[in-house]
Amino acid sequence: MGSALRPDARSGRRRVPLAWLALLPFFAYALGFLFIPAADTVIGAFQKQGGGATLDNVRKTLNQPYLDQYWLTIKISLITAGGGCVIGLCIAYAAIREGTPRFIRTTLTTFSGVAANFAGVPLAFAFIATLGTIGIVTGFMRDHLGFDPYQHGFTIFGETGVEITYMYFQIPLMILVIAPAIDGLRAEWREAASNLGASAWQFWRHVGIPVLLPSILGAFILLFGNSFSAYATAYGLAGNSVFLVPITIGFYLSGNVLSDPHFAQALAFGMFVVLAVMMLLYIPLQRRSARWMR
Amino acid sequence: MAYLELEELRRAFGPVVALDGINISMKKGEFLSLLGPSGCGKTTALRLVAGFDRPDGGSIVIDGKDITRVSPNHRDMGMVFQAYSLFPNLTAEQNVEFGLRIRKNKRAPRRKRVAELLELVGLGHAGKRYPHQLSGGMQQRVALARALAIEPRVLLLDEPLSALDAKVRVQLREEIRRIQTQLGITTLYVTHDQEEALSVSDHVAVMWSGRIEQIGTPSEMYSAPATPFVAEFIGTMNRIEAVVVDGDRGEVEHDGTRLTVDTARGRRKGERVLVLVRPELLVLEPSENAGGENTLAGEVVTHTFLGSVTRVKILGSEAELTADVPTARVDSLPVGLKVNALVPVAGTRLLSLSQEPASDGPDPGDR
Amino acid sequence: MRRRWIAPSAVVWIIVAAAFFLIPLVATLLFSLRSIQTNKCCSGDAYSLIIHDHQFWATIRVSFVLSLETIVISLLLFVPTTYWVHLKLPRLRPVLGFMALIPFVVPPIVLVVGLLNLYKGAPDWFYAKPYGFLATAYVILAFPYMYFSLDAGFRSIDLHTLTEASQSLGASWRTTLTRVILPNIRAAALGGSFLTLAIVMGEFTIASLANFKTFPTYIQIVNESQPYQAAALALLSFLIVWAAMLALLFIGRGRPRPAQVAATR
Repeated sequence: MGSALRPDARSGRRRVPLAWLALLPFFAYALGFLFIPAADTVIGAFQKQGGGATLDNVRKTLNQPYLDQYWLTIKISLITAGGGCVIGLCIAYAAIREGTPRFIRTTLTTFSGVAANFAGVPLAFAFIATLGTIGIVTGFMRDHLGFDPYQHGFTIFGETGVEITYMYFQIPLMILVIAPAIDGLRAEWREAASNLGASAWQFWRHVGIPVLLPSILGAFILLFGNSFSAYATAYGLAGNSVFLVPITIGFYLSGNVLSDPHFAQALAFGMFVVLAVMMLLYIPLQRRSARWMR
Repeated sequence: MAYLELEELRRAFGPVVALDGINISMKKGEFLSLLGPSGCGKTTALRLVAGFDRPDGGSIVIDGKDITRVSPNHRDMGMVFQAYSLFPNLTAEQNVEFGLRIRKNKRAPRRKRVAELLELVGLGHAGKRYPHQLSGGMQQRVALARALAIEPRVLLLDEPLSALDAKVRVQLREEIRRIQTQLGITTLYVTHDQEEALSVSDHVAVMWSGRIEQIGTPSEMYSAPATPFVAEFIGTMNRIEAVVVDGDRGEVEHDGTRLTVDTARGRRKGERVLVLVRPELLVLEPSENAGGENTLAGEVVTHTFLGSVTRVKILGSEAELTADVPTARVDSLPVGLKVNALVPVAGTRLLSLSQEPASDGPDPGDR
Repeated sequence: MRRRWIAPSAVVWIIVAAAFFLIPLVATLLFSLRSIQTNKCCSGDAYSLIIHDHQFWATIRVSFVLSLETIVISLLLFVPTTYWVHLKLPRLRPVLGFMALIPFVVPPIVLVVGLLNLYKGAPDWFYAKPYGFLATAYVILAFPYMYFSLDAGFRSIDLHTLTEASQSLGASWRTTLTRVILPNIRAAALGGSFLTLAIVMGEFTIASLANFKTFPTYIQIVNESQPYQAAALALLSFLIVWAAMLALLFIGRGRPRPAQVAATR
């Protein structure tokens, strides 16, 4: 074993079978608890109870009300991903750029680490406590600003409420992901642009954003997936009455009235397809935006 | 008719005074280098002129107009940074074109100008390449072309050659000078490399601790340094501490030995002075051969081979002296040999040791 | 010396960020301090009710033990694997990296569907206990975070030189692994562990759909019936994640850089 320290081409090939053996536990684990369950779900989407293949379940997901649910989930994900990207970028840049005291960046990064992981039921409740019917901010708006959002159709349990709540972990996630890319923005570029007569806006348009674009695209996909897959936060907001695909899947899984595992699998398959499509869209976009790096 | 003037420019960062009231006056088309060690304030001064920082006191005037409060993107100056300043997502052509695009020039004249400039800096063929595909030297040429594209009133260069290989440095500095002369652009150049400054500038300003020690032409700086610091910084200088013994005849005494030097004439008796002698003017002879007048005794300590000349260090009883000896001769002066160093009567420089280092003004008599 | 004063637009964004992040926390705090009887400020009732709730402590213990179990299994599984790949099979690194991205396309809600279906018939000690089924699933959830932490850690030390140096001094494989390699990636391993802790302490989806009683599911139960206590729990949960992150920060700062024998890359 001692001689196979360097992955030398020749000895590497001879020794490879032994070395691969050491990876067996890991691959077995991944196979058993990730790949096979995933495959099982995909296959199960095309089966019916009692056995036999069918397209019925998948077809059902393409009808109402499920199609609307998919659309709603995608819509919310696009909005929170887009909003998270823009706002997160502005905040991250503000904290990292020249002139801002160092402690602001550190505080922001630490806090973002916490907030990005704070998703779930507690976050949902924090926002109910803030913007719910008897929430603190709602009360403040009513008593001191004479404005009652609930009179204007807003509810924390509706689409907008979900979006606002999701932003609480989307923005920090963006900050964490884009910070290294912003570090790579050299101060010289900003100064050179200014020296050549460019305003701040012109700098961003011609240099700043193009240079950051590959990272921004990656972050957008990450945020989209994060929002699209979110279950706990939505559930914490309104249990089964929020019509998002993950909630519906949970509904069919938890043995309520119509327990239909194959339909749940079909819905999961649908999610899988959406996420895979996003990944596929990402790859050529990424490549194009990073053209100048080749 | 000063074109660019810095008046009493002052800048402090907390307790640290980076610029302590400097004054510079440049004519149109002049090439001035700010030379000094790190931390002397030269880059601070340049950045103030560019507008990336605001002075605490003083003013910057171009062609009669005070631009101290003008933002950097309206100052109409071109700047070349030390490194990394090319926009990575734009080709060389697009980089050079940038300033013209901002000014909304029409496409055809823009393209023409870009092509001209890239030719000027010798990169006509590399226009479509991205910065990461260019060498350091090529990148700086593009940076220069980019700065010149907008026909700036003043060209600012912040140690543009520091990050490059030695050979490229020499080549590029000559090109920069050639282009500058051809275009007649007023240029302010910051560097810590004295050879660079002396070889390309019309005038050099040596800076230290936020002040200008001396401003003069390169040859003035070399042969007539005004302060001990400038003498140390520019070239190598032998420093002999002495006391004036006879001001009429120019006699000084160093460690018991009497030396006659022209520059000591007219000095007060008893004045403590520094006699400065360039290594190439110090002549060495083995002690057993020579005797005599105007010599200091010592022992050869090291040889440093510099090509056609070898630098020989000798250790006297109170000072270490450096002499540049033609390499052909150096075998007759081996290490350990007792030698006499002949101090020339003329061609030395004298500085009074009771003088304060020069503050903001140049030495009267220079420039 | 770059610009020395903060840009005005930066100030605006920082204030916006501070407001957006702090207001919900402050609101939750105020909400949790409302007295149960009067619905107004201020009383510690909610907190005291929670501290005295037996379920609170029981579920925290379950979640915490689950975290530790997940961390241990993850380390046992991923550290040797990552080490081996870095040392002997560097061509597999991209494969592993790709695998670590799979949980992104197979999120918890989708994973739980597959897991529940596949392991329906598994023996009770695995399927019915959180320490079996849940821990197994959590290791998968933690995989990307653990892997990228460890990967970064292994990349920052010169693995080959350290291993060869150790072996040339006569150490066995086990000694090399435990006494030379492990201490040098300790920071990365701890980093991944704290991230895992935060994830497991907050994981709701799989626990709830698989009908286990963990801290997050307990919070949801309280959420549905006792608003003020729910607010208090939300804050406590936040503080737990915060503590984990601070621990991460200290590890990153306090530890001296692992000894590098030669500059890598």
